[in-house]
Amino acid sequence: MSDNKVINGFTTAWKGLTLTLSHLFASSAKRKVISASDNNYFKQLEGTNTIQYPHQSLPVPEVGRYQLDVEIDDCIVCDLCAKICPVDCITIESIKATELIGNTSDGSPKRLYAAKFDIDMAKCMYCGLCTIVCPTECIVMTNQYDKTVFELKDLNYEFSDMTPEDTAEKRALLEKQQAEKQAAKLAAIQKKEAGE
Amino acid sequence: MNIYLTYFAIGIGLFAFSALFALFGVYAERKVAAFIQDRLGPTETGKFGLLQTLADGLKLIQKELIIPAAADKILFMMAPAIIFIAVYMGFAAMPWAPGVVPTSLNLGLYYIFAIVAIETLGILMAGWGSNNKYSILGAMRSVAQIISYEIPAGFALVSVVMIAQSLNMQTIAMQQGVLSTEGVKFLGFWNVSKIGGIFAWNIFRAPHLIIAFVIYFIASLAESNRAPFDIPEAESELVAGFHTEYTGWRFAFVFFAEYSMMFLVSMISVVLFLGAWNTPLPNIGSVHLATWTTGIAWGIIWVLLKSLLLVGAQMWIRWTLPRLRVDQLMNLCWKVLTPLAFLCMLISGIWRVFLM
Repeated sequence: MSDNKVINGFTTAWKGLTLTLSHLFASSAKRKVISASDNNYFKQLEGTNTIQYPHQSLPVPEVGRYQLDVEIDDCIVCDLCAKICPVDCITIESIKATELIGNTSDGSPKRLYAAKFDIDMAKCMYCGLCTIVCPTECIVMTNQYDKTVFELKDLNYEFSDMTPEDTAEKRALLEKQQAEKQAAKLAAIQKKEAGE
Repeated sequence: MNIYLTYFAIGIGLFAFSALFALFGVYAERKVAAFIQDRLGPTETGKFGLLQTLADGLKLIQKELIIPAAADKILFMMAPAIIFIAVYMGFAAMPWAPGVVPTSLNLGLYYIFAIVAIETLGILMAGWGSNNKYSILGAMRSVAQIISYEIPAGFALVSVVMIAQSLNMQTIAMQQGVLSTEGVKFLGFWNVSKIGGIFAWNIFRAPHLIIAFVIYFIASLAESNRAPFDIPEAESELVAGFHTEYTGWRFAFVFFAEYSMMFLVSMISVVLFLGAWNTPLPNIGSVHLATWTTGIAWGIIWVLLKSLLLVGAQMWIRWTLPRLRVDQLMNLCWKVLTPLAFLCMLISGIWRVFLM
């Protein structure tokens, strides 16, 4: 019984030692950098397993869902993405335009300026709901995954292309138009009252 | 005056060697571990990461030396020095080549065994002085383990000494090759004094010395606190054992000592069992391979190669076998290795009296 135990101990230890030795000498084979969709991806059992990231990187599918990106020219500032976002990482400030700004690439009319369109990627949970609700498909997830930054605030992506002067100008225009409308309304009411 | 200069030169040379060995030993250990686990190990600092441990050493030297408020300051500060010096002094009696030995002590093996045992004291001082529960647990385990394993290790060595009839490391080394003045017999029946090579090594002088070698190798793993006997450092239970509280160069010295100890115990195995600086190549007829490959330069090369091979085996075992539990450790020592070592010693006596 105890003899068996000793022999068993030695044979199992030797088995383990040969296993590690075979791995030690197989280490000259390096892992090939192939996509996860490749048929051989899960068959690379020999050699080291490390991918030396900054020097090598695994190819990711084009439809990868990593960073959010907004094509601001196609955005109609409908605010749907900000509303559906479960973690409230999208902040949008809109300014009504005084007239039709133009059309998006799919033909939707744009009537709002995006004074602010911020996505805080530090908060984002990558659920992709915003990309689903977007009516013009201007908010998408890209295959870019390495977005390391040194400051936390750099993770707040600002997509609005308007300068503070632009927004001030548009706000002034809107106020002026509203004031004019108000004045016109007042004038109409006064006229009405005067007419009675 | 000149003789003191030589002493200093030898001391500095041995220190430089153990420092260099520690640096590249750590690098080799990390690479071996990485390859066994299908990783790459250090790759960035220098070509193939060769300068990684040098950079780590520089970093350690610059670090603040923290002494815990509750620590026993004198013990705490002295411990790394004692641990390292104990191991470093062991190198004093190790033969490197024919005629090349720092001090040719006729009690060489006894001295080495005694001075290396002082490391235990340093470990206990470190553990006790830190005033930390992990440290004292690690130190207690380490002391229990080292003292227990010194018995089988000692008796395995004694069985060689009984065959060799000398405690002088250089004499023991001399007996195991073509330079031997007395006859060497392979397994007691074949005179190989003129053939030399691997057949003249102590491990083949008597069959039970193979077992003694295995016993000493296992015990030496335990004495240098290495896996599978690394319960004193057991990272998963004790943070880092007795050197938990150490920082900076004090920590570096503990590490130095560990790697020097690895090399020292390997070198003791090599000198006592594996032919010391003797070549493994035998003389075959008119091809005098053994005579050609014996000399001072060859001796240093052989002793280094054999010791490094054993160090490699230690690393290989560390990254393969899981850690032993305390009771398993003590069972192995007292119930298996110690009786076997006694048996080896007994056979050695019989062998010496009746077969040589």
